[in-house]
Parts: sequence; C-alpha cells; structure tokens
Amino acid sequence: MPEPTSPKDDLAVSGAGAGGAMDLAVAEGTSLEQPPGSGKSDKARSLWSDAWHDLRRNPVFIVSGLIIAFLVFISLWPSAIASGDPLACDLAKAQQGSQPGHPFGFNGQGCDVYTRTVYGARASVTVGVCATLGVALLGSLLGGLAGFFGGWFDSLLSRITDVFFAIPVVLGGLVFLSVVPGTTVWPVIAFIVLLGWPQIARIARGSVITAKQNDYVQAARALGAGNSRMLLRHISPNAIAPVIVVATIALGTYIALEATLSYLGVGLRPPTVSWGIDISSASAYVRNAPHMLLWPAGALAITVLAFIMLGDAVRDALDPKLR
Amino acid sequence: MGRYVIRRLLQMIPVFFGATLLIFLMVNVMGDPVAGLCGDRKCDPAVAAQLKKDFGLDQPVWQQYLTYLGNLFTGDFGRAFNGQKVTELMSTAFPVTFRLTLVAIVFEIVIGISLGVLTGLRRGRPIDTGFLLLTLIVISVPTFVTGLLLQLLLGVKWGWVKPAVSPAATFDELLLPGLVLASVSLAYVTRLTRTSVAENARADYVRTAVAKGLPRRRVISRHLLRNSLIPVVTFIGTDVGALMGGAIVTERIFNIHGVGYQLYQGIVRQSSQTVVGFVTILVLVYLVANLIVDLLYAVLDPRIRYA
Amino acid sequence: MLLEVRDLHVEFKTRDGVAKAVNGVNYSVDEGETLAVLGESGSGKSVTAQAVMGILDMPPGRIPQGEIFFQGKDLLKLKEDQRRKIRGAEMAMIFQDALSSLNPVLSVGEQLGEMFVVHRGMSKKDSRAKAVELMDRVRIPAAKERVGQYPHQFSGGMRQRIMIAMALALEPKLIIADEPTTALDVTVQAQVMDLLAELQRELNMGLILITHDLGVVADVADKIAVMYAGRIVETAPVKEIYANPAHPYTKGLLESIPRLDQKGQELYAIKGLPPNLLNIPPGCAFNPRCPMAQDICRSKVPPLFDVAEGRQSACHFWKETLDA
Repeated sequence: MPEPTSPKDDLAVSGAGAGGAMDLAVAEGTSLEQPPGSGKSDKARSLWSDAWHDLRRNPVFIVSGLIIAFLVFISLWPSAIASGDPLACDLAKAQQGSQPGHPFGFNGQGCDVYTRTVYGARASVTVGVCATLGVALLGSLLGGLAGFFGGWFDSLLSRITDVFFAIPVVLGGLVFLSVVPGTTVWPVIAFIVLLGWPQIARIARGSVITAKQNDYVQAARALGAGNSRMLLRHISPNAIAPVIVVATIALGTYIALEATLSYLGVGLRPPTVSWGIDISSASAYVRNAPHMLLWPAGALAITVLAFIMLGDAVRDALDPKLR
Repeated sequence: MGRYVIRRLLQMIPVFFGATLLIFLMVNVMGDPVAGLCGDRKCDPAVAAQLKKDFGLDQPVWQQYLTYLGNLFTGDFGRAFNGQKVTELMSTAFPVTFRLTLVAIVFEIVIGISLGVLTGLRRGRPIDTGFLLLTLIVISVPTFVTGLLLQLLLGVKWGWVKPAVSPAATFDELLLPGLVLASVSLAYVTRLTRTSVAENARADYVRTAVAKGLPRRRVISRHLLRNSLIPVVTFIGTDVGALMGGAIVTERIFNIHGVGYQLYQGIVRQSSQTVVGFVTILVLVYLVANLIVDLLYAVLDPRIRYA
Repeated sequence: MLLEVRDLHVEFKTRDGVAKAVNGVNYSVDEGETLAVLGESGSGKSVTAQAVMGILDMPPGRIPQGEIFFQGKDLLKLKEDQRRKIRGAEMAMIFQDALSSLNPVLSVGEQLGEMFVVHRGMSKKDSRAKAVELMDRVRIPAAKERVGQYPHQFSGGMRQRIMIAMALALEPKLIIADEPTTALDVTVQAQVMDLLAELQRELNMGLILITHDLGVVADVADKIAVMYAGRIVETAPVKEIYANPAHPYTKGLLESIPRLDQKGQELYAIKGLPPNLLNIPPGCAFNPRCPMAQDICRSKVPPLFDVAEGRQSACHFWKETLDA
C-alpha cells in the first residue's frame, strides 16, 4: 500500500500558539513544491524576474517591506528616534500615562515605554533574523541532501524530523531554556534553530525531490553532469523558492515565539530590553495601566504581521496557480 | 488497510522513543535533576550525592533512561517535587486540559470551517479580503497577547465572562480560554478551508455536478465540501496534540490548573520526573492523534483506502 | 427543431482584458440528429456548449447577446431554478476526462443514483437499483458488484461508460459530448463512440459531438460545424464537407490528416497559431494564416454565404475554394 499523500505530512504542526503560524505557507501552498517555469535555469531566472515584476506592484509587499526596513533601521540605530535610555527608570513615575516628552507613558518600574518599545525592536529583529538564517541554512542543507541522495540518510532524517515534530514548541522551549540559562539572545536563537530546522528540511527535501524529477534535470544527469554540478546549477535554483517563502513567514513566527518564551520567563531576561519581557511585566498591571501592555504588544504584532505578509506576497508572486 | 495501520504503528515507535529520549536528556543531563528536591535552598553536597544514588542518577544516562522507561510501562511515573505522585497530578491536570482542548477544537470546526467555506466561495470579494486580513492579524498577534487583551476586555472591562477559571474548570468557564487557545489554529483552518474550497470549486467533478442539474446547496455540501474538507479534517486532527502542548500559555493567562500549569511548575521547580512524565504523555497523545488522522484520511478518501 | 442557438456571444473578463470566446454562433440540432462541432482548442466550441448547458462560470463569463431555444423556450430567459431542472434531465453533458469529472470520494453508484434522487425524488435504495441497470445498459461487466466502487477503481474506458450512463440516466432529449474519446486509448475510442451512437439511435436523442478529431466525426455525424475564433466558418452535411470543403480552414484541417494514399509526401500543416481571443484580427479572423487571403479578408468580416442546400461558408472566396 503506498503512502497516502496526506496533506498532514506537509502540514507539520508545530506547537500551537506562537509556533503555529510557522506552517502558514505550507498549509496553503503545497503547489510551491513545483515552482513554475521549472524549465531550464534561464526559466528559473525568469521565475524570479516575473516574481519581482509582480512584487513591485503589490501594495502588500511595499507596505510590509517598508515596515521591515524601518524595523531594521531602528534596531541598528534606536537612538535615532529615541533619545532616552531604556534602562533609566524613575519609580516615582511608575504606571503614569502619556505626557509631554513621553508619548507612551511609563511602565511599572517607571521606565519610558516609548524608549523601551523602540529599543525592544533590536532583540526581536536579531532573534528573528539570526534564527531564520540558522534554520534555513541547516534545514535546506540537511533536507536538500536527503532529498537528493535519498537512501538511508533520507529515511534517518525523516525519522528525526518526526521526532522533533512530536515535541510541542513552547514546551520544548521551556525545558531547553530552563537548563541553558543566559540573558542574551543566543540561547533563544540556538533553541529555535534546534527545533525549527526540521520544518525547512521537510520543505527543502520535497522541493529537491520534485526538481530532481524534472525532465531537464534527468537530461543533465544523462549527459553526465556530476552530483555537485547538478545540485548547484540545476536543482537549487528551482528548489529554493519554497524555502524562501516558508523562511520569511517563519521569521515572523520566530519573533512571536521569542516573545512568548520571554513572557513565560525563560526567553530573554532583563536587562535585555524586549517586547516579550515588557508585555509580561505589564500583564500584572493590565487592569489599571493597559497602555504599558498595548504599546509593546502592538509593536510586536505589527512586526510579526509585516513578515508574514511579506512571505504571503512572495508566495503569491512565486506561485502562478494563484494568479 | 490492516497493513497500512501496522506500518503506521511501527513508524510511531521510533518517534516515541526519540522524543522521550530528547526530553529526558535535556532535563537530566543538561539540567540538575536533584536541584529541585531540596526545596528552595541549595542542596547540601552529601545530601545531593545520597539523593543521586537513591534515584539511580549515578548510573550512566542510557541506563537511567531504560530504568525510567521500565518504570513507565509499570505505570510508575515517579514523584513530583512535593512528594506527590506524578500520576496523581496527571489525573487532575489532564481532564482539565482535555476539556480546554475540546472547547478549542469545537471553535476551530464551527467557526474556522464556516468562515473558510464562506470566504472560499466568495474568493476575491470584499468579505473574503476582510476575513483574510483578519486571519492574518490573528496569526500575527501572539497567543499570549490575544489572551491578555481578551481577558482584559471581555473579563475585566465588560464583565461578560469570569477573567479567571476556578479549579473545577467547567466548560462554560473554559469558553474564552478555549477561544484564545484555538485562535491561531482557527485562523489556519479558515485559510486552509478557503484555499481548499476555492481550488475544488474549479474542479471538473464540481462542473459535472452542476451539469447534472443538482441544486447549488447539494453541489456544495455533497460534492465540493466532501472533497475540500479532507485536508482540513487532517489538520484539525493533528492539531489536537499541538493544542495540548500549547496550552501552557493559555493556562497561565487564565490560571487554569491543567497540564500546562503542572508542567510550568515542574520546570520552574526543576522537578524532572514531572516534566518528563507529562511530556511523555503529550507525545503519546500527539502520536495517537496522528494515527487517528491517518485512519480518518483513509476513511474519507477511498483512493487511499483501496490503493 | 430541438435546439437552436442564435447569434450567441460569450466573453470572459480576464486580467488582461475581455476575451471574446464566442462571436455570433448559430447552429441547430434536431431529434435523432448528430451535429459535430469541429475546431482547435480556443475556437469556442466548448464554451458554446457550456453556454447551452448553462454551466459557464459567470462571472468571469458573460453572455452579452444571443438566444438558445430548446424545445421552443429561450433558455437564457429562464430562471436559474428552471434551467437547473432541465440540466441533467432534458439535456446532459459528457466530459472529456472522466477521471477528473467524476467525484473521487463518492461511489459510482451514488453518483449515478443521485440523478434519480434529485430529479425524480426516488429513494436511495431504488436509485441504486437504477444505477445497476444503467451500468448494465452501457455494458459494464459485473455491474451489481461494481456499483459500490469508486471511479479510480475503473479503467479509462469503463469510466467514460459511467459518464455516458450518467448522461443517459433520465433519457434526455439532447446530449452534448465534449471530446468524449480524446482521453482514451485508441482501441477503446471506437467502442465508446459506437456505444454512444447506438444509444443515441435507440433513444432518438439529439447529439452535439464536440471534437478536434476529424476521424471520429466521419462515421457518426450527420452534419458538421467548423469553428474558428468563436465563429462558425463552415457548416455542411458530413459527406460533402469531406469531398469538397468550402473554407480554406476546413481544407487545411482535412489536408493535415495523414492518409495512406499520400505515403511519402510531406504532411500539410496550417501555418501560424490560433488567434489571441483578446485581440482577434480584423476582417476574417483566419486571414493571417490563410493561403488565399486578399485585402478584403483583412477589412471585412465574411458573413455565412449559402453555398448549397444546407451548406454555408464564411469565406469571401468560397467559390474559388470549392473549385480549387
């Protein structure tokens, strides 16, 4: 009996909540595994230029792109728009609302919420970008090799990814980060890479297998192209599109995951400035001073939304079926 | 069919051992399993050594793992930090989380599928775009923020529901937490249903059904939905395990004493027995849910059943 | 007249503009008569049929003009519910790809029986007996045992028989068969075609046979309508058209069929591509590909000239074509 092509295999559900959104692209666009124009490599190029042509006209892409550019800017130079010190707090002003010079008011320790919200971007963007890079590199390397070579390595990798999918993300984070302490972003990034790579590996494996079966790849093989040449010149250009889409959307969800873990007290810890920490500490005062929660929560939501929308737009551009 | 089930069962075995081993290693090797046993103070070295010996922690890790598994199969999950049996904690915690998950799943099915069908049949119209944006927002706002905001608005400001859940955790108290737990998956179910419905609406067999002169209602319910919902049902099935594992956040916000609460306590107090025990059960739930989904898939799609 | 299509126009709104798929088609079918509609893909032959059946996707489709008389009533003036009752019961359609046209998750018995349940208010049990009867009628072996099976468990030919059975279920007056044998193996094609023709005779139905395959047409059709770019370019009794086409396009089609007596010669092919429906050439739509094209062909749309009794051609130079 052949294996059912159950969509669930593509729909690997990582923990609900923060991690859930990781599978957005996969949940809807399995067709991505057959990128259009999987003709020759010049066709692959025209896939990208077609996609770019579409993207430049897509308002969703432009808006999310601008938001992301702004986020990157303030995480590199937060002092450009916030002159204060996020760690300078005055308990006397704790929980006070908006006032001149302090548009977002003060938090429970009397720190300026505006300054902290601006400075909080750095942690989120760092975690998102570094974790995504790590996940994408590790995942596409392992998944791509497994898809290309098949055999025992492929079976082993499939079983290993199954194991990782069985562990709820938030739960795994709690356990991992409670035994690997640290106040910096690095343990969090390490954890996300550790638990996130199987998702990308699955996508990469699938798209490499699809690309491998293309006639022109078979033809290249018949003409005696070596393995490395096949992988680099013929397969990767066609297999990379789904990985990029899923990774972009995942970036947003990693930011949400970091905030969730920080909210639970195991992600980033003070004195690191992070939206998750601020939301967590604000939640105790939420009845009296909701502004302390709303500003960092709003910033977090917009950031995650921007990355997910960007991924959505890129997927639409790369998937001709939706046109 | 029988062979298919057996194959699936066999595939579950390495996943079960792999996942439990992974958690076991994280807790016992990287962490300090006795640290939590002396209460809040740091353990006296002599006491710690004695404890380690009592718990067999001086043995090699693989032996510890095997011993642990052996105990599991006899129903012995060990004891929590306060000396309570882990199985006792489970017997109070799991029913609560099961109820919470059940509420969440019902929300996913009722709201998610309805919205998905509605938008899928009106693809590209304003109502579709509107809900699509809404699902994006729900997916983007982390669950703990959604939870805190809904608790603030519905529970505190407007007083529609009780902001916290009593230890009994009855179904009506779990409505809001269930909705919060379901929120992200609900948005997914909506999007997945929408895509699936919109794709199937263009399928040849739907055109045939129209050409047969069937009423629109019958074309949709009997032909379109029957096919479109196959991936949705499997998604919801696999989500059961994920929801139970993801309940930590929701349970913390609403102070529900379920699996997530016990796990959180176990992690904070470094009670390795509690953590590994609960995770083991969660992994089992996940695997069983997956198996059921596979079987369900075969029931729903005759192409699998008779392949 | 059973069915009469008059000056039918269909257009589709697309991202790049309005595609004019059908541009003033007239044809008619009588009881017991077979009309073959011939043309390349994109010629509007299937779209016309879908408009007749009332299964066009609207939007993006639109019927700005035209009438479709069926048993004396203009279908385009009926309410959707009245049309629905005609679909399946009075006129039925057979599609090209039976595998994708049958619902994969319902047994063939359910799909056949559904016709009786919906249109005749029959019970599920009785409808199943009817399904077995139908399967027998289209000569599917062991019908009783196979009625509970699913489409993927049947062979291609058997699946197309099921499609035929479904179309015949309520003994409609008109059958539209859209490329009914194209997806089948050559050996099976003839069997399925023979079955269809036989049942048509038995029930005295009108049959519209849509195809791009001239070989299929010759044996079964009474008359032929050749379509190009959403118009009928030639219509004639089947024998005459084979003997002597009156339109260069028909001529090209006939010459591109390999024939035994022309062994060794190069096979003729109509040069160029079918026109873009978003931008149909002015004048005669065929003019860029026509070996006989003159200035008038590029400026004036040719009407259908009467060539002979029951025979028309939309070519300014139909006489020259006939004589050539």
